[in-house]
Amino acid sequence: MALYVKKDDDRDEEAEYSPFSGIEKGAVLQEARVFNDPQLDSRRCSQVITKLLYLLNQGDSFTKVEATEVFFSVTKLFQSRDIGLRRMVYLIIKELSPCADEVIIVTSSLMKDMNSKTDVYRANAIRVLCRITDGTLLTQIERYLKQAIVDKNPVVASAALVSGYHLLQTNPEIVKRWSNEVQEAVQSRAALVQFHALALLHQIRQNDRLAVSKLVTSLTKGTVRSPLAQCLLIRYTSQVIRESSMNSQAGDRPFYDYLEGCLRHKSEMVILEAARAITELSGVTSRELTPAITVLQLFLSSSKPVLRFAAVRTLNKVAMTHPMAVTSCNIDMESLISDQNRSIATLAITTLLKTGNESGVDRLMKQITNFMSDIADEFKIVVVDAIRSLCLKFPLKFRTLMNFLSNILREEGGFEYKKAIVDSIVTIIRDIPDAKESGLLHLCEFIEDCEFTYLSTQILHFLGIEGPKTSDPSKFIRYIYNRVILENATVRASAVSTLAKFGAMVDSLKPRIFVLLRRCLYDNDDEVRDRATLYLNTIGGDGSVVETDKDVKEFLFGSFDLPLVNLETSLKNYEPSEEPFDVSSVPREVKSQPFAEKKAAAKKPTGLGAPPAGPTSTVDAYEKLLVSIPEFSTFGQLFKSSAPVELTEAETEYSVNVVKHIFDKHVVFQYNCTNTIPEQLLENVTIVVDASEAEEFEEIATKALKSLPYDTPGQTFVAFEKPEGVPAVGKFSNVLRFIVKEVDPSSGEAEEDGVEDEYQLEEFEVVAADYMLKVGVSNFRNAWESLGPDFERVDEYGLGPRESLKEAVTAVINLLGMQPCEGTEVVAANSRSHTCLLSGVYIGNVKVLVRLSFGVDSGKEVAMKLAVRSEDEAVSDAIHELVAN
Amino acid sequence: MKFCPTIKNVLLLDSEGRRMAVKYYTDEWTTNGAKLAFEKSIFSKTQKTNARTEAEIVMFENNVVVYKFIQDLHFFVTGGDDENELALATVLQGFFDAVTLLLRGNVDQREALQNLDMMFLCLDEIVDGGMILETDGNMIAGKVATHSMDDGAPLSEQTITQALATAREHLTRSLLR
Repeated sequence: MALYVKKDDDRDEEAEYSPFSGIEKGAVLQEARVFNDPQLDSRRCSQVITKLLYLLNQGDSFTKVEATEVFFSVTKLFQSRDIGLRRMVYLIIKELSPCADEVIIVTSSLMKDMNSKTDVYRANAIRVLCRITDGTLLTQIERYLKQAIVDKNPVVASAALVSGYHLLQTNPEIVKRWSNEVQEAVQSRAALVQFHALALLHQIRQNDRLAVSKLVTSLTKGTVRSPLAQCLLIRYTSQVIRESSMNSQAGDRPFYDYLEGCLRHKSEMVILEAARAITELSGVTSRELTPAITVLQLFLSSSKPVLRFAAVRTLNKVAMTHPMAVTSCNIDMESLISDQNRSIATLAITTLLKTGNESGVDRLMKQITNFMSDIADEFKIVVVDAIRSLCLKFPLKFRTLMNFLSNILREEGGFEYKKAIVDSIVTIIRDIPDAKESGLLHLCEFIEDCEFTYLSTQILHFLGIEGPKTSDPSKFIRYIYNRVILENATVRASAVSTLAKFGAMVDSLKPRIFVLLRRCLYDNDDEVRDRATLYLNTIGGDGSVVETDKDVKEFLFGSFDLPLVNLETSLKNYEPSEEPFDVSSVPREVKSQPFAEKKAAAKKPTGLGAPPAGPTSTVDAYEKLLVSIPEFSTFGQLFKSSAPVELTEAETEYSVNVVKHIFDKHVVFQYNCTNTIPEQLLENVTIVVDASEAEEFEEIATKALKSLPYDTPGQTFVAFEKPEGVPAVGKFSNVLRFIVKEVDPSSGEAEEDGVEDEYQLEEFEVVAADYMLKVGVSNFRNAWESLGPDFERVDEYGLGPRESLKEAVTAVINLLGMQPCEGTEVVAANSRSHTCLLSGVYIGNVKVLVRLSFGVDSGKEVAMKLAVRSEDEAVSDAIHELVAN
Repeated sequence: MKFCPTIKNVLLLDSEGRRMAVKYYTDEWTTNGAKLAFEKSIFSKTQKTNARTEAEIVMFENNVVVYKFIQDLHFFVTGGDDENELALATVLQGFFDAVTLLLRGNVDQREALQNLDMMFLCLDEIVDGGMILETDGNMIAGKVATHSMDDGAPLSEQTITQALATAREHLTRSLLR
């Protein structure tokens, strides 16, 4: 009740005219009694229904009893012959969505209306009946529906077709029998009937490729009247093109002419749909793209915001794959930077950032600077992200871009925005070594006046790792110590840690650091004091400048290798007693879902939280995991961990993927298993690996997974020995072996006895690329020169006919598993030749650089010249062998 | 992949962003609270824009929303983020035109509330379960405005007021055509 009183207050000012101010469910339900009057007042009844609909629309819900009561009294209104009232009756029946035994009561009335002479009745009765009906009733009315589909009144036909479209979800067998009538309706002269019929016909036949293909073939030749139907046809055509291109590579693309023809349609909706379809064709050529880009370019200067938005959004997508094709629109795009609609402006900017060439960067940044001040934070974040990728693409431009980022960092902005900027700067520092010093200084300036504790502490942590490695670490000290003086306790504590890291790493700074740390001993926060005391003692605060030993460094910088969850549980279980808490008693086995977390970390290696030096966050996590397993702790330094390879189809009973960990003399396969059956508990899970097709590998250890409950990922490991430093390859087939126990779903208890079972997994290979680390270089030319021609190996290869140059380049990059440099992995759409620069580190820590020159002839035959330089002759040869095979 | 253009919701909000008549066609917003939150944020996001002469558009929570304002009424149509923007705009235009016709040009909050039954019928005639049913404003208004007796009804069943109302509607409809 109180709710309604409140509503009254809210609506006071409207009371003068709103007929609904302060209406209340109880009263309206009372009013609904007029439906039962012997002499119906249809106006009044309409009004009451409107009030009921108003209540439902505002989110009020009726109880079961109330709904039933209203429903029954509403059925009485079928006596009235007032069309307006009947319309309202239809509406309220749909809204009340009656249950099955109630439906029976109105069925006969609705069926009568379905066969009435009044078209409005017929169309609406069909829609209502189909909405509330179930399968059994449907067979009774099927005959009428089939007639209605081909009815000469378009409203009736549309009603039946749309209802059929919805019914197909629940009763496909029945609706599929209507194909003939639907087919006839596709030829209808009424535009929307054609649209609805086409939608339904395709839905019926969607799993029959041949039928869809036939449908498209016949309709693309005929006339389709409605723009909406034309849009559908374009979508179906794209589908047919997608599916047919999988079979045949050569020859002209089928139906392209039709799509291109649609670019000249009189309806903009159709033009847009066709242009979008063309840009989304797989492996689209620049010749095919040009007409679509041209119409989209025209849309860019339209007076309608919707049209401009649609065009710029499409072009933005194209720019991701074919940046060269979009450059022709750059002038129109630049004028959109000042568009009133901020969504359009942002899309225009990010498109320009993608298509711009190196020389245009400065000019573009100037324009963006003006634009940044008057857009919302969420748009700014999009722009910052685009700038980050631009900077990685053109590393030589980092000065301009870094300046821009530091400028916007100083301006007003919310947390998410500032975090995006800081993350970008960190990424740039990490990937472009030249940018490190200036980037760190920008960050230092930022924390001088930073209101976000989280960002300050993250930056301080990052400074502690990167700062000591710079040429002049002393210049950072002032910024860091200022934090100790001026900030809150959290920031002070992390500044103390950072100071200690400088002290531990840079011996020349030690005396000064000690002085500063000693001052912190008088801080009024105990955490700050504790940290200062701890660090002074560990790195030798007695004034002597000695080299900090390895253990201490490990303590200061080493990652904490205990799972925090386990530590927390252990600490909670610890009872205060004489015996001190023993850290080594904390179990190291990870129980929860470390894999999911790792995945998340892998996706976003840009954040400050991730350790520096490349995207190593997952590797670090893996390394930690592997070292914690005694069987594998002797394998030495982990060289590389591959991305997970799925060994099961999606949505199978057990989902398993494998991560290949490469060591110098060993290979460890980490199988991440998930049990997706709630009624099962798996125990003693192992993988039986058949390495008969991998001759150089010898199995030496396995680590079983004790138990694998439902939906909690777990890992099992198999280790192989291989010849040292040799990139051995081979194929491995796998069987998942386990003991399965039934679980009572209600209690969650597993049964005592289990059954042994096996599950066949897919096989996977260890390939040469697994022995290659992706490590970029910022200046390829310098790196290339410095490696010298001593171990250069050059050869030419024919790659045979390829779908496109781009496809060939991607294939070679994937084969080698190396990092493309300077954005050379992007192939211009129309080019006949391409040069690609790759860098990496081969097993044994051998630096490798590759220069690939591709050429393609008219027959799509791709030739490639491969030049390799490395620190070791054998490795250069090995790379050639990789390609040769 | 979705083939048919699908409408997620059609909203008519008042000058404060409150609900006049709304219709949701997907289960994406499960509770009334979620719906209200969506309406509130889309309203506050678009309020400052000028969508009076031409329909405007915004990307919002992985949806594309086209909208148009007139006087104190705010019209919105939402679709998925891969939807053809112009198809959504056509639906918006149809809705807008139909309401203009039905309110006889007096498109404001007051008139809309007094003819709320027509607004509901309008929503019902434009989209059916997410599928675009009709986009022509004239057709929609025509279907909504048939407030007469059906052919078989004897005249005696009509009251004087009903007869007058019928006559008035016939007149306005013929004037509007």
